[in-house]
Amino acid sequence: MNHWLTILTLVPFLGGLVIAGLGAERKNLIRGFALATSLIGLGGALCLWLHFDPKSGGLQFIEKFDWVASLGIQYFLGVDGLGLLMVLLTAIVTPLAILASWRMDDRPHVYHALLLWLQAGLFGTFTALNFFHWFLFWELGLIPAFFLIKLWGGPKRSPAATQFFIYTMVGSVALLLSFLAIRLATGSFDFIALAGMAKSGLLTTKLQAAFGWKNIGLIIFFGAFLGFAVKVPLIPFHTWLPAAYSEAPSPVTMLLTGVMSKMGVYGFLRILLPIFPEQIRAVLTPLLWLAVATIVLSACAAFAQRDLKRIIAYSSINHLGYCLLALFAATAVAAGVNSSDLQKAAALDGALLQMFNHGLTASALFLFVALLERRSGGLRGLDDFGGLRKIIPVFTGLMGISIFSSLGLPGLNGFVGEFLIFKGVFPLAPWAAAISTIGLLVTAIFLLTLIQRVFCGPLNERWAKMPDLTTAERFLVLPSIALMFVLGIWPQFILGAVDATVVKLVQQLNF
Amino acid sequence: MLAWTIYITFIGVLVLMLLPRDSARAARIVALLTSIAGCVVAFVGAISQANPGEVTPIVKVPWIPSIGANYYLAADGISLVLVVLTGLAAVSGILFSWNIEKRTKEFFAFYLALIGGVYGVFLSFDVLLLFVFYELTIIPKYFLIARWGSTRKEYGAMKLALYSFVGSHLVLIGLIAAWVVAKGQLGHASLDLIELSKVAFPVAFQHWVFPLVFVGFAILAGMWPFHTWAPTGHVAAPTAGSMLLAGVVMKLGAYGCLRVAMVMFPEGVRMWQGEIACLAVAGIVYGAGVALVQRDFKFVIGYSSVSHMGFVLLGLATLNTIGLDGAVLQMFSHGIIAGLLFGVVGRMVYDRTHTRDFNDLETMQLGKLLPFAGVTFVIAGIASMGLPGFSGFVAEFQVLMGAWMVFPKLTILSGVGILIGVAYTLRAVQKGFYSDAPPKPADHDHPLEPVSVPERFGAVMLIGASLVIGLFPGLLMNWIEPCFNSPLSMFARLLVKGGSQ
Repeated sequence: MNHWLTILTLVPFLGGLVIAGLGAERKNLIRGFALATSLIGLGGALCLWLHFDPKSGGLQFIEKFDWVASLGIQYFLGVDGLGLLMVLLTAIVTPLAILASWRMDDRPHVYHALLLWLQAGLFGTFTALNFFHWFLFWELGLIPAFFLIKLWGGPKRSPAATQFFIYTMVGSVALLLSFLAIRLATGSFDFIALAGMAKSGLLTTKLQAAFGWKNIGLIIFFGAFLGFAVKVPLIPFHTWLPAAYSEAPSPVTMLLTGVMSKMGVYGFLRILLPIFPEQIRAVLTPLLWLAVATIVLSACAAFAQRDLKRIIAYSSINHLGYCLLALFAATAVAAGVNSSDLQKAAALDGALLQMFNHGLTASALFLFVALLERRSGGLRGLDDFGGLRKIIPVFTGLMGISIFSSLGLPGLNGFVGEFLIFKGVFPLAPWAAAISTIGLLVTAIFLLTLIQRVFCGPLNERWAKMPDLTTAERFLVLPSIALMFVLGIWPQFILGAVDATVVKLVQQLNF
Repeated sequence: MLAWTIYITFIGVLVLMLLPRDSARAARIVALLTSIAGCVVAFVGAISQANPGEVTPIVKVPWIPSIGANYYLAADGISLVLVVLTGLAAVSGILFSWNIEKRTKEFFAFYLALIGGVYGVFLSFDVLLLFVFYELTIIPKYFLIARWGSTRKEYGAMKLALYSFVGSHLVLIGLIAAWVVAKGQLGHASLDLIELSKVAFPVAFQHWVFPLVFVGFAILAGMWPFHTWAPTGHVAAPTAGSMLLAGVVMKLGAYGCLRVAMVMFPEGVRMWQGEIACLAVAGIVYGAGVALVQRDFKFVIGYSSVSHMGFVLLGLATLNTIGLDGAVLQMFSHGIIAGLLFGVVGRMVYDRTHTRDFNDLETMQLGKLLPFAGVTFVIAGIASMGLPGFSGFVAEFQVLMGAWMVFPKLTILSGVGILIGVAYTLRAVQKGFYSDAPPKPADHDHPLEPVSVPERFGAVMLIGASLVIGLFPGLLMNWIEPCFNSPLSMFARLLVKGGSQ
């Protein structure tokens, strides 16, 4: 029996405890310790990556013990390609966020402890496979995020943090009630066992037998759906996001958008898709409409924003909309089983790749905004700048690369994921794919507008003395930029690891 | 051994009475030692009980043979859970009232008398004895509030006492009627709970007598709409008083409902099950909603108690194993968490700032002035809103699971109550400790006294208890579950056949 995943989750948790105990005075020690802890996490995640067998597609590094036997609660950890990818993303983004908050002086011990606890919550969410255990971490991640926004955020932080918390809790309570009902009907909290029951059609039968309602399956599905749809978010459950992302301090936003938003998509992939394929299929058309609306409307909303952080926030909603489009389309029943399997695999491959890419790119963009805010004294309006290209060429170049990655330029990482998604979705749900291309177009427009307003045009004299990226800052952004190129040119790096998992997921969906 | 919890506590009362008038320090120490001794005895006794599923007799001597009354103490798993809760609550309450200067020894004498009565109720298996202990608790709690309380204390104390008396009279009428009927059936007078739990009372009789006894006890459990004593009583009480009221006294009511009313009249429960569940959910939602709009910090916690006790009653109304398990666990969990919340608000905040009005607290930035109090309240709030990792989650989780089987629609409605619970807790955290309102120019030049060592001990003890049970619920579940699972137990008649697993 190995304990690698437990150790991985415990490291940031204990690191956070130690930092909280250090007191506010020893600032450098706190930062160094936080960084070291997050680097240990990164090292651990890389070790997992190296020892992971990409061909099996099943769960690896499994730990399974009874916890509360009478309630069917087990301590059950394990990762497949999907879980591993998310663990790696968490491990990459956290040290970047800690580095980005290097000059944070207000109660740094609490701040860094909360960051590390957030990381522990994320690691736990992506590795736990029993509902009780998983839900513990799902909620554990919420509390540090709330306080990071509430105590270190911008001027409207209180309402933003409250809105974020309440929205997420609405989803969580619905999710909890749904799973309690499932536990009653089936006697199990185990995601893997439940997926097996769903595949044989037993789950719906059992639910109907236990409750005696014909549509109980759908009701339970909607409860669980709400939990994840708020987290991703899917329009119309998204209204907490722009406020939370723009009020949170930028390093925290990196984690929120880079990793926390993936919790929702992960939930869809790990829980909803395998456990409720029948229900998703029954309401497929409305779900596809929601995904399309998310893609198109959020792109249009981003176009209308004047605040850099809000622009990127809305573009995040847009990018995750593609993931959900792919997910929903993958449940569609299309003519010609063999070819549709290929399409489904392509769509899901694309969705997984898009999750990783978006985590990388969006966190890099928020990092650049953080660096820009540091130079402008907190200003980040679209119209506050102009002509910065001449003053800070290196900054412009590197942020430009990230923007083009977000826009989906071939050769950079964003392209491959979106390409695969559209390749898969077109044959499965042609109309949805066709309408969604409007989103691609609008994204291109608003991102190019951003470049134009901030970096081109006449120079705003106020910023004539703005310093370019320092050497340290260049090193800080370097890993993200390098990965954007690597994944753009050689996506197989990720696809190789997740492919077997995706094939298995597609099999799960066919019955 | 467990009987010594009662004796030790009353010996403590005697010792306190014999102390000289002005020896406040000695009084505190005696009270603390007594409560610790009681707590240790409760723990050791509970752990050493070999079979928590069965009622293990402790003492049984004839008391008033002509009416069949015995001095009969015993314990099963449910008693064990609540006795341990009482021990923890007693110690932490004393730690949180270390600063009482006014007539210290009388305060602690009343305090310990209340605790002794509570231990007695949880260990009595004779209906009359249980009733005597139950009544015994009313007197000390009246004086604790009326003498050492704040904010309309006479009103709060009188209201609490009157509600308690009305409740116990309802109980008394019901029990006398039951005694008469049982005497006819058994052929001899009996007040033995176990014997009474086997008597088949006529169904029509159960239908009218059950609501009397149940409501009589449920008044003290804060059942809506008879809950109104709770918020005023909690607010008026001194810190330790509200900790005990919410922590253990409300549990007396819920315990009576389960141990006496439901066990004796199973047909009655089955008839009124739906109505009880409706009232319980009304309490959950109404209590939470009212807590959301309070200006007084203590009223928020007071109404939140009503809401959380609603989960206990909902669990009782499910009549299936998992719901009842959850109800008992929720009694424990709420006792710990509500005690902690009242400790923070009453002792750490009110005793220092002399205000509980959110409008004043908002301008004080207490999160920075009293970081320990802020963090404690946040943790207690997280536990209270039922996030996983704390005892509240496992308890509410089982209650809801049990309720799903019987009342699916009410279960969804109680989900709304949980959400409002999240909202009022967040509001209290924000307004009470981490407000954004501009700080008022300091009108109190003297800084707030830092959080003292006894308070820290008390807080850590309660947080620890909630965490341990949240992560390892099996520790208590091993005591609770056998009580409901065994076909020979006194609860066997109560459980719906085939409805539970």
